[in-house]
Amino acid sequence: MAKRFNIRMAGVGGQGVVTGSHILSTAVIRAGGESTIVPFYGSEKRMAPVESYVRVSDEPIYEIGEITFPHICIIFHPQVITHGKSYTMPFYFGLKQNGVLLINHDGPMKLPPQETNELKERNAKLYYIPATQLSLKVAGLDLATNMALMGAIGAITRLTTLEALGEAVKDRFLGKGFVVSGGTAALDSVVERKFKQKQELIEKNIAVIKAGWDYAEEHGWGAEERAEAKKADDLAAAEAASR
Amino acid sequence: MSNPLEPEVKTNPQGDPITSVEPEQKTNPQGDPITSAAPIKVGGSSKDPHEGAKKQRVVTPEYMFFEAPRKREFITGSEAAKEAVRRSNVDFSVAYPITPQSETMQLIGVLYGEGYVKEYYRGEEEYGVMSAIAGGSRAGVRCFTATAGPGTLRGIEPIASWPGHRLPAVAMFTCRVVNAPLAIQPDNIEISYLLNCGMIVFHAENQQDLFDFIMKGFIIGEKNDVTLPVGVACDGFFVTHARNYVDMQEKGIKLPPRQAWKGAVPVLDAENPPARLSRDAPVQKSNFMAYNIHAVWQQEVWAAVERSRRYIEQYMGGLCAPDNVEGAEALIVASGSAAAQSREAIRLCKDQGVTVGFIKIRSLRPFPTRELRQLCAKAKLIVVPEFNYVGWLAKDVATAIYGYSNAKIVAGPHVYGGMSMPVEMIVDEVVGGLTGKKSIAVPDSAIMGRDVNQAEVAHFMQNI
Repeated sequence: MAKRFNIRMAGVGGQGVVTGSHILSTAVIRAGGESTIVPFYGSEKRMAPVESYVRVSDEPIYEIGEITFPHICIIFHPQVITHGKSYTMPFYFGLKQNGVLLINHDGPMKLPPQETNELKERNAKLYYIPATQLSLKVAGLDLATNMALMGAIGAITRLTTLEALGEAVKDRFLGKGFVVSGGTAALDSVVERKFKQKQELIEKNIAVIKAGWDYAEEHGWGAEERAEAKKADDLAAAEAASR
Repeated sequence: MSNPLEPEVKTNPQGDPITSVEPEQKTNPQGDPITSAAPIKVGGSSKDPHEGAKKQRVVTPEYMFFEAPRKREFITGSEAAKEAVRRSNVDFSVAYPITPQSETMQLIGVLYGEGYVKEYYRGEEEYGVMSAIAGGSRAGVRCFTATAGPGTLRGIEPIASWPGHRLPAVAMFTCRVVNAPLAIQPDNIEISYLLNCGMIVFHAENQQDLFDFIMKGFIIGEKNDVTLPVGVACDGFFVTHARNYVDMQEKGIKLPPRQAWKGAVPVLDAENPPARLSRDAPVQKSNFMAYNIHAVWQQEVWAAVERSRRYIEQYMGGLCAPDNVEGAEALIVASGSAAAQSREAIRLCKDQGVTVGFIKIRSLRPFPTRELRQLCAKAKLIVVPEFNYVGWLAKDVATAIYGYSNAKIVAGPHVYGGMSMPVEMIVDEVVGGLTGKKSIAVPDSAIMGRDVNQAEVAHFMQNI
């Protein structure tokens, strides 16, 4: 069976939602998979809703457009939930049964009872990661929040490797293939100035990715699902062999 | 002696001072002004901007389509259209911008600057553009234009006159919303207006289709026993603005030029004014025309649409592309972006243990009636997903197979106004259709064929 993940990322302008999705997508392709991204936003301004859709598979991807029924939702900013800063509301709209929610927050959020119930009915896995805190601690500023989240989702799903994510970061900041929008280009130069040098920028970003990856691993996120998936794969392989 | 402190005032031969700041107008050897967008370098060893175009060599359509080695590139649909036009020996192209087409015709302008397209300008609006394409085609040259949504409808009067005037040309339609309230989002309702014009209409699934269909459109439309315009439609944004892999021939080869002198209809005689649209008396003389003359003219246009079948089969591998139809529990029939979504839906159905066959429609006019009658003969359920509200494809499918198949036809799911189609909606219609459950996403009127129990319990995915 094809391994397929549809990932919806929601955040606010300036957090690097689109950049994060680009790095994850590139990392998956570098690790030998297939991936597409579809960014979605209105006017480019700080704190305005931004969504990005990443499809990941080990088979060719034909599907186009936004993701309505994701396997995984990544919430970059608590205001997506509390202020409804999202193109899809509530934030988990369309989340598939047993889906994963990765939320950037220092601890569990208090959700309305109806939402808690709906998430329970879907058997959704809620993972809260203090991504902004990790970015501040490791890189000294909050601009690498997206990297912590990409590291964590990499660890949860094992769709890619730490090395491939690192290569994707280098690709993003050193490569010529990535066409950024005007707003992102302006932000890029700010980021570069703050980090003084590109080399430092890349190293710090990779360090935050690792911090996110380690955080997810320390908490055992996704281990259960991976074990189940492996069991199913082994079963299928045994079945195929006995045939 | 002029005062050396004051700049010398230049005068024309009549002695009037020349105040224009415009540089001298450059002309080509024929004396026509050069308006190329390519920068004209002054002096030095400037490279001829038309160098690549001049070196292009003509190859046969057969070599171009089937034998020429191809290289894979990752490009947008607009870029695919540009690359198709580059290799199509296009003489004349008129642009008028409209989202999501603007980039396409802008890129054709770049081709003009490089000499790959011989004439190019921006029209007044779409009525003017489509009329100019008529004039160009009538004059015997190969014409290309592109528009979208409201532009298609603004230009549809001249577009609808192209087939009757027997004007080969290729027009690309990057479909978008046409209805009020205004939106620039994808929605392919405009194709339904094109289906009854008498032109050939192809629907591209992806960037590769767009590239191939445009080039093949020129060759098919210009066949003597066809002599019709070809519309190549794609869903805006999903195809025009997204990148995908396209296998392309080298830039150094191009299709043979249009040979209008061999054409079925005489070209406009621009040498002997007054130029007439046609030498055949009846055309453009409606008030003098016997009814039966117009009647046979229409019959001939649609007969020509039918005659294009053999060329579509020859160059495009058929009007439709069936896949895994034999023995399937259900069939999905789709065109354009809905075809791409259907491929994923079929994969999800397979995961659930449901075998679904697939028929992708490449050509909407002519419609693959014969093919569908044969392919759908044993089908029990046919699902027709579409990116528009009205379901024009499902109506054509139902009409084509009526009396030849007992299948229940679900005209849906539909998305419109800019949404992309969640593949889960297609899966739901397939599974729901097989189990007899009725979806709330598809109204009663959109379910055609046998075995429709209207009292079935409504259901839909729990999260809608």
